[in-house]
Formats: sequence, C-alpha cells, structure tokens
Amino acid sequence: MTILQAFIEALESLNSNKLRSGLTILGIVIGVAAVIAMLAIGQGAQNSITGTISGIGTNLLFIFSGNDQAELRNVRPLTLQDAAAIADPFQAPAVDAVAPFIQGSNIEVASGGEQTRTSLGGVTPEYFGVRNYNVAEGELISEEHVLGRASVAIIGVDVAEKLFSRTEGLVGEIIRIEGQPFRVIGVLEKKGGSSFGSQDDIVLIPMTTARTRIIRRSADRVDIILVQAASAESVPQATEEISSILRSRHRTDIGADDFSVLSQQDFLQTVQTILGVFTIFLGGIAAISLLVGGIGIMNIMLVSVSERTREIGLRKALGARKRDILTQFLTESSLLSLIGGVIGIILGWLIAYVVGQVATATGNAFTPAVGLDGILLATITSTIIGLFFGIYPANRAASLEPVEALRYE
Amino acid sequence: MSEPVVLAQNLTKMYKMGDVEVHALRGLSLQINKGEVVAIVGPSGSGKSTLMNILGCLDHPTSGSYLLDGEEVSSLRDDQLANIRNRKVGFIFQSFNLLGRQTALSNVELPLRYAGTSAGRKEKAREALIAVGLESRINHKPTELSGGQQQRVAIARALVNNPAIIMADEPTGNLDSKVGQEIIDLLLNLNKERGTTLIIVTHDPRVADQAQRIIRVRDGVVEEQE
Ligand SMILES: Nc1ncnc2c1ncn2[C@@H]1O[C@H](COP(=O)(O)OP(=O)(O)OP(=O)(O)O)[C@@H](O)[C@H]1O
Ligand SMILES: [Mg+2]
Repeated sequence: MTILQAFIEALESLNSNKLRSGLTILGIVIGVAAVIAMLAIGQGAQNSITGTISGIGTNLLFIFSGNDQAELRNVRPLTLQDAAAIADPFQAPAVDAVAPFIQGSNIEVASGGEQTRTSLGGVTPEYFGVRNYNVAEGELISEEHVLGRASVAIIGVDVAEKLFSRTEGLVGEIIRIEGQPFRVIGVLEKKGGSSFGSQDDIVLIPMTTARTRIIRRSADRVDIILVQAASAESVPQATEEISSILRSRHRTDIGADDFSVLSQQDFLQTVQTILGVFTIFLGGIAAISLLVGGIGIMNIMLVSVSERTREIGLRKALGARKRDILTQFLTESSLLSLIGGVIGIILGWLIAYVVGQVATATGNAFTPAVGLDGILLATITSTIIGLFFGIYPANRAASLEPVEALRYE
Repeated sequence: MSEPVVLAQNLTKMYKMGDVEVHALRGLSLQINKGEVVAIVGPSGSGKSTLMNILGCLDHPTSGSYLLDGEEVSSLRDDQLANIRNRKVGFIFQSFNLLGRQTALSNVELPLRYAGTSAGRKEKAREALIAVGLESRINHKPTELSGGQQQRVAIARALVNNPAIIMADEPTGNLDSKVGQEIIDLLLNLNKERGTTLIIVTHDPRVADQAQRIIRVRDGVVEEQE
C-alpha cells in the first residue's frame, strides 16, 4: 500500500461517517484555533508595547529613586539639586538635557459642566525637548511660568475632547484642576494610543505650581529625572556618569545604590520578559484544549476499530500485514488532526483578527501577529497529536488475530 | 499429478476456555494434491472450520506440521503468514465478507494492493470480475448486488492473485440451491481451466458429491476418505 492509497482510503472512510469525523475534527479545530489566537494576541501585545517603548527614543534615560536589586534601609529621594548636578556639563559630558518630573494620577480636571480624571505632570521647560513633545497650538511651559508658579496648563487632545469636545481654539480657556483655576496655554500634538493607555490623556503644568498646589511634594523632591544622552551610543557612558554623581551626592559609595537608572533597552527587556511569560501562559492554556481534542481522536479511533473488527480480520485474511493495518488507522487519525489543524489555523487567525479590530475600534492600536512559526507549530503539533493518540487504537487493530476478528459480530 | 499442495500431519488445535480445554482437532492428518477438488464434510462442531482456518494460514495449530505448497508454515511469523495468505490462498466465506463501502472492483483489488502490485492492478481486478461473469457490475457496491453476485465478487477476489489453492467454507450456505449450484459450477470451472486446487467445506451432500474426493471429519480427526 502506498501512502497515497492509504490517504485516499482514509479519506473515503472518514467521509463515510461525516458527522462523527466532523465532530472529532471540531475538537482539534478548537484546540488549534485557541493556540493560534492566543499566541497571536500575545505576540501582538508584545509588538505594540515594544513599539511604544521604542518610540520613547533610544537616547532617553529614566532615573528613579530606590533600587529593586537590593534591600535598602534608607532611600534618599531624588531632588532638583540631583537634577542640576547631572545637568552640569563638566560632571556629565555625555548628558545633553535633564528634565525633573513629578506626577500625580487620577487628578480631577473640570471645565464648565464637564469633568474627567487624568494624569498630571509637573514639568520644567526641558521636559518637552527631552520627550520630543510639541504643542499643536499655543505655547510651551517656559522658565517664567516655572519661576512664577504660574497657573497655566498644557492639555492632551483626549482631555481637550472630554472637556471641550474639540481640540482647537482652546488657548485662553480656564480649567479647574482639583478645584483650582488654570489657564490653558497650549494643546499637545496628538500622539496616538498605546497599550499603556493613551498618551494624549494628560495635563502638564509647571513643576513649581504642581508641587505647591496640586501634588504637594516636600521641597525640591522629584519623582523621576528624565535624561537625554548625547546620542544612543553614549547611553552607557551617561549611565556611568549619572551613577557616580548620584553615588557621591547620596553618599552610597559603599553598599548598594539607592537609585536606578533605566534606559529604553532595560524597559524593553523587562516588558518582553513579562509578556513572553504571559504569551506562554496563554498558549499553554490553549494547548490543554488541543490535548482534549487529541483524546477525542483517540476515543473515536477506538470506537472505529471495534466497529471494524470484521473488516480488519478480512483484510488480514487477504494478506494485510500488521503494518498495513497500522498505516491505515494512523493515516485516518492523522488526517483527522491535520484537517482540524488547517481549519483551526484559519479560525484562530480570524479570531485574532477580530480581536485586533475590536481593540483598534476601542482606541488601542494593536495588531495580532500570526507568525509562520506559530502556524508551523500548530500544524506539526496537531499532526503529532493525531499520530500519538492514534497509535494505541491502530496498534490494537493491527494486533487482532485474523480468525477472531472474522468471528467478531 | 500427485504432488501434494496440502500436507498436514498430526494437527491438533486446543482452545482454552477458562479451566475447560476444547479439543477442536485431535491429531488430524491429510494430504491434498495439486489440482484436486476436495469436499470436507462432517457434523456441526466436528472441527471443519478450525481445520480450514489452519489450512488457510489464518490460524496456528497447537501442534503438528503443515506443509503448504512445499513450505512449512506452522512455525512462520505473522507477517510471513500474511504473505502466504496473500499469494497462495484464496479464501471464500459463507457470509461473503465484502467491504460494504467499496465497489466490486475495489474489493477485488484488495489482495493486489497488499501484494504490492501497482501496475495493471485495475486491469487484473477487472479480468477477475469478467471471469466470474460480473463485467456489468464492476462499479456496483455490495449492497447493490444479490447474494449470488456478492459471492461471485468474493470468488473474483479469491482468484485475482492466482493462488495455488482456493478454500471455501460453506460457500453456498447463504444461497438458495440454484444460485449455490451456479457458484459451485463457477468454482469447478476454475479448477478445470486453471488447475486451481479446491477445498470446499459443505453440509450439502449434492455439493459434496461433485468433488473428486470427500473427506469426512468427526471429533477433530479424519473419519474416512472416499
Ligand atoms: N474460538 C474458539 N474458542 C473455543 N472453542 C472453539 C473456538 N472455535 C471453535 N471452537 C470449538 O471447536 C469445535 C470445532 O468448531 P468448528 O467451528 O471448527 O466446527 P465446524 O465443524 O466448522 O462446525 P459447523 O459445521 O457448525 O460450522 C467446536 O466444538 C467449537 O465449539
Ligand atoms: Mg464451520
């Protein structure tokens, strides 16, 4: 018996019991579709978040206080003076610009009858350069605003939409942040969505104003210091320089640093690790349903073997060898899983596509990615499952004694 | 013309059913020569089918020796037996045993497939069907054929590999006497034209009387030959 013959015979046999074959295939379809969809969604999320982080800029560094690599008793907060020291071109030649930043989340912003909750940043003029932010209309926060603790605000387009239902002609409007009046001096350019939530859902005000009136930080304390290195290549050098400045300022020459300097690369790595685990986890759950589908194949093949005992006996009487019978049943079971696999791939891809469409429609730009490796993996696994779960029934068939099989009713 | 095709000596077959031992064959010996037409008769339960299964290499004897076409087969492995069944023996059953899903042609092709024949397989199967007078039913399925026609397909299947022996276990048991006689005529004709050895197990004396020799089996041994 050639493979082609075995294939055609298996098709005929599966075709003779369409409903049963269909249901068995369905089990595999669901399993494979789940695997493909989960992997695609996981991969899509990874791509999208990675893209967002890459968009931050390759020469950007973030300084946080604290250090998750070590247990620290006494963590000194980052201060404006730390920022000033890092900005010193003689101490840190690899550093281009420094922007201290304080932030508040879930801050109430209102105008007229409308109100919303958003995140708020207290910034200095350097912030805009470092983050590469620009206004679509109006002006940026200036040195004078910071020194004068001016009650001025720059708003993101999402906030503008929510409060005013428009994104233009807003300069000069008055908004209330936590009940206090601020004059809008500019609207940020639209940045677009990301998996972290929209970057346009933000209000920026002068750091001094934020500290004294909205967020209330003890004098000179900042949450994050953003640093722009001279170039992507000078990121490691800038990291070194920043670390040594902060070590001497925080007197942590001995012992662990009480601050962390993270580059875009570090973020990428962390996020990718987390999302990788997440994807494997999702895929693993989906794989369980594939396993269940495999057990379905085994079940149906066992039924089929006992139903066809006489047929097997006859084939043996006509000269079929053990391996002929084995091939016949294995071909059937792997065909079941192969067909299920192919349909499952298509269905899984469709599910992923729909999820992507829904995500995009709700404002989270996100494209599920069906990789060739995922498809290959699903095809191979489903076929292997067909073979694996088919072996026991097929072997049972092949080991039947011809006389006994022929006598079977 | 006394070259033996079947030479069985002291065949025994014992079935164990729990503690009870059933001796279906008790030291049976027999010889059948090339080209002979032999009928095996005997009361029900005397061991005829057991004997046929062993002679047709479907089953192993518990002890004894069996030379089929000069080859000792009682000690062969399963796959070798499959090969012998395929090449040397054509089996015809009382209940036809055709594959219901396949056409007459595919049913007849089956032994050729297991023989590994690929060239001219369809042609050979067609010739076999013509030889049994079914040229007009080649693409019919068993459910679309009468009992006699189904048995003809089974005969075509048995002879398609040109075996040395055709063994038939009550081939007319499920047919009325007229159609049964047609089947017997067909088998006798094969013997005449091709010299195929025929062994027929039957209950019907009219069938047995057409054989050259009748072997009577009783309680697992040959009672008499005539
Ligand atoms: N698989 C088996 N297990 C146990 N005993 C068996 C088995 N097959 C046959 N026998 C016994 O062996 C004896 C011979 O059976 P066999 O089928 O050869 O008889 P037979 O001559 O063909 O009968 P019939 O004319 O009714 O077909 C019987 O007593 C039967 O009960
Ligand atoms: Mg019998």
